[in-house]
Amino acid sequence: MQVLPAGPGALLAALEDAADVPVLYADLRRDLPTIQGCRDVVPGARTVLLDGLEDLEAARTYLAAWTPSARSAGGEPRVVELPTTYDGEDLDDVARRWEMTRAEVVATHTGTEFTVAFVGFSPGFAYCTGLPAELAVPRLDRPRPRVPAGSVGLAGEYAGVYPSASPGGWRLLGRTSATLWDASREEPALLTPGTRVRFTES
Amino acid sequence: MARALTVVDAGPLTTVQDAGRPGLAHLGVPRSGFLDDHAARLANRLVGNEPGAALLETTLGGVTLRTGEAVTVAVTGAVADVLVDGRGAPWSEPLSVPAGAVLAVGPARSGVRTYVAVAGGIEVDPVLGSRSTDTLSGLGPPVVADGDVLPVGAGRRPRPADVPRLPAVDGPLRVTPGPRESWVEGGVRRLAEAGWTVAADSNRVALRLHGEPLQRAVEGELPSEGLVLGAVQVPPDGQPLVFLADHPTTGGYPVVGVLHPDDLWRCAQLRPGEPVSLRQVAG
Repeated sequence: MQVLPAGPGALLAALEDAADVPVLYADLRRDLPTIQGCRDVVPGARTVLLDGLEDLEAARTYLAAWTPSARSAGGEPRVVELPTTYDGEDLDDVARRWEMTRAEVVATHTGTEFTVAFVGFSPGFAYCTGLPAELAVPRLDRPRPRVPAGSVGLAGEYAGVYPSASPGGWRLLGRTSATLWDASREEPALLTPGTRVRFTES
Repeated sequence: MARALTVVDAGPLTTVQDAGRPGLAHLGVPRSGFLDDHAARLANRLVGNEPGAALLETTLGGVTLRTGEAVTVAVTGAVADVLVDGRGAPWSEPLSVPAGAVLAVGPARSGVRTYVAVAGGIEVDPVLGSRSTDTLSGLGPPVVADGDVLPVGAGRRPRPADVPRLPAVDGPLRVTPGPRESWVEGGVRRLAEAGWTVAADSNRVALRLHGEPLQRAVEGELPSEGLVLGAVQVPPDGQPLVFLADHPTTGGYPVVGVLHPDDLWRCAQLRPGEPVSLRQVAG
């Protein structure tokens, strides 16, 4: 792990293995009360940001002592099923890229257990890993001006769902009826870092 | 009408702001909140509110309001003319505005954002614990519009506030090295040596700087990573931007430096075309 500077109140932990990100994130969430002033723990693709720190040295000591094997946060991960209608505008395009039939694309997507690596882009927008690297697809050259809420898509190594309508460049496989984001709910985001995600055909 | 302010003229961009939504970045929720928090907290103190209470933040052009009941208000931040029913009123002091009077805050004479606090605070419905309008994600109340009726909470008797000691406004903005300093030729040193001007498309998301483009030392893509308030990011065009309160929670361009938190409020008051210089300090 490299610990990079991010201003007087923050540190950015850069991990060699992306798979360690959710583990460090979960450990930090659990140990948050022991890290003085830590207000935000923000996972990224290969990093975890600690922000609002009152004591950088204490956080550095925590990170220096951390190993994924010795202290990994246990407990059963939360699993969320997303019922999905596979009628997306880019389903044929993805089938060509994956050299599969549409049915095989759906079977691959529903047969993968995804993990939320991090949330960004907009409130509740979860970047989910789980597909093998060779199935990565590039973003659209021209983002669509409006993608409806619930659209299920792929971009790079990630799968995701648009929590609200927005412009977007992900390749769309279909749509889910699940409500990904509701600011009035106790837990506004359905998918949070570390959540396991399964898409089911509806 | 009881405790409320009616918006006669909302000006070019007026929003409700409070201390924002810190602590939710892992859900993709920007922090939002006052851009010039010195000025905003002072305005709240002057009218007897908690420092983080909701008030109005204008952008360059001012705002005109009509009171329901008599209220105490204070106007701080970017210096502007203040009129109550057409008569000049002091700036940065508690003002008693009679029932049914018109409070007109003029365009900023210097700076960008003027704050209008009212005793009791603006009591629009909070979203995720905050009444701030987040111009990036759309969370919180909509941008203030002509004809809006803004509810006002029960005020407390204003307590004596200290005479405002304004922080020093001169000199370069202090910047510390960022996590991806090595991705940009010359790093923070180059950023600090160059002269910049404020670009016209600066907003609540970012202060955009214009100048001789910074060159990338490392090519390729940076996977998305968490962003702090004040992060100085260098996109492919080499024109840096300083992230302000409505910044996205993650980003994929290198962060070369981080602005010192005590200098951030000044970014809220820099006008398009104004020169900006930065000074490297230890991280």
